[in-house]
Amino acid sequence: MGKRVTMILGHYGSGKTNIAVNLALALRKTHDRVAIADLDIVNPYFRTKDSLEVIKAADIRLIVSDYANTNLDIPALPQDMYAVTDDKGLTCVLDIGGDDRGALVLGRLRPALVEENDYEMLLVINRYRPLTATVELTLEVMAEIEAAANMRFTGIVNNSNLGAETTAETVLDSLEYAAEVSRRTGLPIVMTTVRDDIAKELEGKAEGLFPLTLQKNFIESKI
Amino acid sequence: MADKVLMKGNEAIAEAAIKAGCRHYFGYPITPQTEVAAYMAKRMPKIGGTFLQAESEIAAINMVYGVASAGLRVMTSSSSPGISFKGEGISYLAGADLPALVVNVQRGGPGLGGIQPSQSDYFQATRGGGHGDYHMIVLAPSSVQEMAELTVKGFELADKYRMTSMILADGTMGQMMEPVALDFDVAPAPEKPWATTGTNLTRKHNIVNSLSLVPEQLERLNMERFERYALVKENETMYEEYMMDDAEIAIAAFGIAARVSKNAVKEARKMGIKVGLIRPITLWPFPDAPFKKAATHVKEIISVELSMGQMIEDVRLASECKVPVTLCNRVGGMIPSPEQVLEAVKKANNGGKQE
Repeated sequence: MGKRVTMILGHYGSGKTNIAVNLALALRKTHDRVAIADLDIVNPYFRTKDSLEVIKAADIRLIVSDYANTNLDIPALPQDMYAVTDDKGLTCVLDIGGDDRGALVLGRLRPALVEENDYEMLLVINRYRPLTATVELTLEVMAEIEAAANMRFTGIVNNSNLGAETTAETVLDSLEYAAEVSRRTGLPIVMTTVRDDIAKELEGKAEGLFPLTLQKNFIESKI
Repeated sequence: MADKVLMKGNEAIAEAAIKAGCRHYFGYPITPQTEVAAYMAKRMPKIGGTFLQAESEIAAINMVYGVASAGLRVMTSSSSPGISFKGEGISYLAGADLPALVVNVQRGGPGLGGIQPSQSDYFQATRGGGHGDYHMIVLAPSSVQEMAELTVKGFELADKYRMTSMILADGTMGQMMEPVALDFDVAPAPEKPWATTGTNLTRKHNIVNSLSLVPEQLERLNMERFERYALVKENETMYEEYMMDDAEIAIAAFGIAARVSKNAVKEARKMGIKVGLIRPITLWPFPDAPFKKAATHVKEIISVELSMGQMIEDVRLASECKVPVTLCNRVGGMIPSPEQVLEAVKKANNGGKQE
């Protein structure tokens, strides 16, 4: 951690947006100029913009397409996305869309990111998602994303959870899986992200424990 | 705990279909059911199945017809506008008495409408949707777990009665993530002696067809089909009753509307209002019995829907218009809030007058 740009990628539904928003909020405590960029071209729902109020209140710049949360279902990128690579004084969190299809957007940013070489590229994993339920499946998704992004991951975020039914046990049961992904890839586990109300129970038991304040998504905001 | 996985409703449908033995999926992309196809695209090649993105919805439903003719479990999925496209093929499936599973993750309409949830395809689903006298078995899940379980049920019923089953979900059901246990039992598919599997010159060839030019014969086919429908009505109707025993007001709601309504029932009960919920799980066949019973002890039934009022007609028929049936709704991609439902309950409790 501690790089200027942190990219959050992974299987869709792995929790990327929640992590990206929480990470930006955490970074804002130590950095004056923080931006979060919503570069999701896969899903018209569950967007960074759902957390607009929190982001605004923290004085974090939101780089987002005008079409996000408009229900216009077209894959669009924000016109000011190059601020991420042009403005070297900006600490950035990039929320990238799911799977290899989502990672394609990095094509436009890759040359400048690689040249500057001040980034983290994090893989979010959740062993309770069926398509990343085993180490093998996770490595498969990881390879697909790297191929699409034409970049290599630098670290892992273990976000293993069962939604509302997550307990400390749920997280503990995922540690061996995350450790094995780490061993097989040589990548460090940079964060173990858990819902804030169970974080206390896990202190000292998981690497890089990072409590998440869960962001309201579009369904929860309607029911 | 480790037995559960975290899935979107759309993914749960896809995985459950695979568990049910479905190895053929044909579709055409549309929001908000995208993940059904995306999941199938990932999984099918790994298990020797076929995922095919067709050139159109009409092509996809006719591919379903082809595989169903060969006696294999097959499915397609779409959202409202795409289901309209498939209407012709669904009618042909009915005319040929073919079992298949069609998934509709509804969005607001009519026309292209929007991408937010809706229940406004109720008429289309429960009345058949295409031309001719026919029905589909229509299943309405209200949790991700039910998305999975009713998908399996859909295949089983389709095979049992040689009918199309439809999962009638909506955008929230498709998109929401919940823990799911996928260790349910799946009955093996029954023998299908009518399937066009090749005769090996050992039997008379089978014909699967919806064309019938002799009116006497076509009439007989329709009559026989409706005898089967009568059996479905008798044996397969499913519903859930919640706090109905002493209810003075009943709510009728399915899918996402039932979840919202359940919250409203809990709130109203805290205020001492005796209200219950009847949640149809099969929309066709519609569960007449609990409504007929409710009409003997409630003073009003409130139909909570994400439509301009479609299920309300079946509620009125089922309760034989013995008590007033009122509508509490939002449309266009909006969802009634528990507060809105609670207000409707309070009004009903107050003899139909606002407090």
